[in-house]
Amino acid sequence: MSVDRSEGGGRFPDGRPEAEQPAWRRDFPIDAAQDAYVARRDYAKFLVLTSFGFVVGQFGIAVAGLRRALGRTPAREIARVDDVPPGGAAIFHYPGPDDPCLLVRAEDGSFLAYGQKCTHLSCAVVPHVDRGRIGCPCHEGAFDLATGRPLAGPPRRPLPLVKLEVRGGAVYALGVEERTT
Amino acid sequence: MKRPFTREQKTTIVYGVLGPILVLVVMQLWLLTATMNAYLGGDRRVAWPAAFVSLACLLLNAGLLRYIYALESRS
Repeated sequence: MSVDRSEGGGRFPDGRPEAEQPAWRRDFPIDAAQDAYVARRDYAKFLVLTSFGFVVGQFGIAVAGLRRALGRTPAREIARVDDVPPGGAAIFHYPGPDDPCLLVRAEDGSFLAYGQKCTHLSCAVVPHVDRGRIGCPCHEGAFDLATGRPLAGPPRRPLPLVKLEVRGGAVYALGVEERTT
Repeated sequence: MKRPFTREQKTTIVYGVLGPILVLVVMQLWLLTATMNAYLGGDRRVAWPAAFVSLACLLLNAGLLRYIYALESRS
C-alpha cells in the first residue's frame, strides 16, 4: 500500500493521497497531523488542570486537619452506669451532634465506646456483644468488639475509639482517638 | 538564529513532555489517597508536607506546559 508523506507526514489519517480519499473527506479535509499535535497539547493542558485539582484537594485536607487540631473535645457525661446492663449498648453523639457513637458494656461490666460510622463507607455499625464483634450490615464488615480493629469485610481502618471514664455512677467521654492500624 | 521546529518535531516533543507530566499526576493521585487515608486515621502530621510536595509537582507540570506553549512562538 502506497502512503503519501509529501504533505508534512500525512495530511489525511490513513496517509493516502487526496485523490484516493472518499468524497466526504475531500469536502471536509482535516489536517490529521496538526489535529494530533493540538490534541496532545490539549491533553497535556488537561493533565496540568488535574494536577491543580489534586493540589487543591491536598491543601483542603491540610486545612481541615488544622481546624480539627485546634478544636477541643471537652469531657461530657454520655450515660448513667445503670442505664446500660452488661451485654447491652447505647447510642450517643460525641463530640458533636453529627458524630454518632456506640457505647457497649461487655459481659464483665466494662465499658467500651467507638464511633458508629463504619470506616469503609460510613454505614452505621451494629454491636453483637455475645459474639464479641461489631458488624456493618452494608457490606458484611466486622470489627473486634474489644479493640475496634477490622476483622472481616472491606473496612481497613479501625473504628475511632472514644476514651471513657467512669466516675460517680456515670460514664464520661473524654476524647476521640482515630487510628490507622 | 535558531531554526524553528517542524510540526513533526513539535509533536515528538509534546509526546516527550506528556510522559513526565503523566508520571507526576499519577504520583499526585497516589499522594492524595495516602494523605486522605492518614487523615481519616487521625494522622495529620503528613498533610502539610504532602500538600507542598503536590504543589511542587504542579509547578513542575506548569513549567513543562509552558515549554510546550513556548514552542508555538518558535514556529
